[in-house]
Amino acid sequence: MSEVQTTPKMINGVNVTAILGAREALEKAPEAAEFVWKATSEWVGGVHTRTTVNKYFGLGQDHERSKTFKMETDHPEVFAAPDAAPTPVEMVLAGLAGCLTAGIASVAENRGVKLRSVKATVEGDMNLYGILGIDTETRNGFRAVRVKYDIDADADADDIAAIVAQSQKRSAVFDIITNPTNVFVTVK
Amino acid sequence: MRKTAVIIIGAGQAGLAMSRHLSMRSIDHVLLERGEVANSWRTERWDSLRLLTPNWQSRLPGFAYSGADPDGFRTMPETIEFLAGYATSISAPVETHAQVTGVRAEQDGYLVMTERGPWRSKCVVIASGACNIPCVPGMAKMLPPGVRSVTPLEYKRPDQLAAGGVLVVGASATGVQLSQEIQASGRQVTLAVGEHVRAPRTYRGRDIKWWMDASGVLDMGLDDIDDVNRVRNVPSMQLVGTPQRESIDLNILQDAGVRITGRLMALDGGKAQFSGALANVCKLADLKQNRLLSTIDDWARTNGLEGTVGEIERPASTRVPETPALAMDLQSEGIRTVLWATGYRPDYSWLDVPVLDRKGRLRHQGGVVDAPGMYVLGLPFLRKRKSSLIDGAGEDADVLSAHLAGYLAGARAVAA
Repeated sequence: MSEVQTTPKMINGVNVTAILGAREALEKAPEAAEFVWKATSEWVGGVHTRTTVNKYFGLGQDHERSKTFKMETDHPEVFAAPDAAPTPVEMVLAGLAGCLTAGIASVAENRGVKLRSVKATVEGDMNLYGILGIDTETRNGFRAVRVKYDIDADADADDIAAIVAQSQKRSAVFDIITNPTNVFVTVK
Repeated sequence: MRKTAVIIIGAGQAGLAMSRHLSMRSIDHVLLERGEVANSWRTERWDSLRLLTPNWQSRLPGFAYSGADPDGFRTMPETIEFLAGYATSISAPVETHAQVTGVRAEQDGYLVMTERGPWRSKCVVIASGACNIPCVPGMAKMLPPGVRSVTPLEYKRPDQLAAGGVLVVGASATGVQLSQEIQASGRQVTLAVGEHVRAPRTYRGRDIKWWMDASGVLDMGLDDIDDVNRVRNVPSMQLVGTPQRESIDLNILQDAGVRITGRLMALDGGKAQFSGALANVCKLADLKQNRLLSTIDDWARTNGLEGTVGEIERPASTRVPETPALAMDLQSEGIRTVLWATGYRPDYSWLDVPVLDRKGRLRHQGGVVDAPGMYVLGLPFLRKRKSSLIDGAGEDADVLSAHLAGYLAGARAVAA
């Protein structure tokens, strides 16, 4: 009996071989690289909303996952709400942390750097004068976002900094937050 | 109709180096030049520009600097004189004022149309440069009235620009040099900074280009890199050639009063929007600069230069403003000019041979174009990191002229 395929050796659990293979394949098939990410949501009551995620489009076809993910958003008591779930802006911070950390693991894998722990603290500064309509000059969203990483890895400080910088360079959520996007909201 | 074995399009450093190699191989050829020798250097550069490579480094086949200032940087008149002198010394067969208007494949070669009549040739060498057309993003059309759009090909000197603020878009060599001289002219410059390549002019007492040449960085070839499209699109290093051998970087520009923001992402209703990723692009550039300097340090150690060169040092990290501007109303900020230092691309509008990819780039393998008997020279990382330098033209021309000679011999054998 001979082994047909060996699993690529992974140090951080990221299958870089598969990702690089996909990259090569997509370079030859640009239309397959067009993805549409989707979510559906329904108002629960008060300022509480439930969002479900399952289907997405990519590689030229619709995909359905084996399970549907549910995410809820609500607001804390100081907003006179029951605090049943994180706020939507905290979900944005979670998205940023999830995206950057996935990038760090992938870049480290590709560079042969073993990660032992990757912790991030994410903070977004916001002045409520914006969303409360007190001052039209004040922005609704974050004035600034800070992500502080604490990383234990087999690499020197400059190499770790380079991995974190490269992760930002290739991060979808970092781009979504730092750059303008046209948003079209319609009503049926 | 006039015939020759090889038509070289363009009589700059690349075309002239190829001419010299073809002459050494006794291959009949003609250079077709839209203007005079070194035309782009004559007509498409700003007044203060000097070469970014030291005088000694502009080596062409059988020709090198012999003056008294090997570490200096040529002005444009000196560069033109240098290339014109080379053309004379090698007796390059240049047809001047013969702009090529079309190149068509024919049985057994090419038909090359020019403003001074057609030519037939077996081979065509494209040496018309990598910087013919400024890459101006589509959003330039959205500039509000009263704000003028200027490209580096049009820019000659600050007094061409209206009094008032200037938004310079792009922080490669062009963007940082023009920001510096426009700020010095009394116009407030805002520099929109995307990914950039930072490097000191001198390091440990030697020119950075000396280190890159000596340590083999400039000799890196296609086999030494993993992603050819990436390296071909790397912006130029933030360098300037001055008699004082000064560095130029974002800290120096900020000290002079230039404001820096993130990359320009959108223009909408007279408002410019900038990326919030400025801190990261500056960090990337600092880390990348330090990696280059570490490579140099390793090479210096291995080659026993310790003690003969200066001490190891690292430039200060790039200072990023605490709250870089994310948006700017151009008119209320007093900005009267937007200068697009956003790169250049070659012009192939005259090329009627299907050799362009979906992004309009020539399909070629190390300069051998995907059409029989067609070659290209002088593009970024054509074969090596130095391919786009004057100093890289000779070696590429040598290799490609050998390939071309083989092609001609094969074609003759088939015909016989």
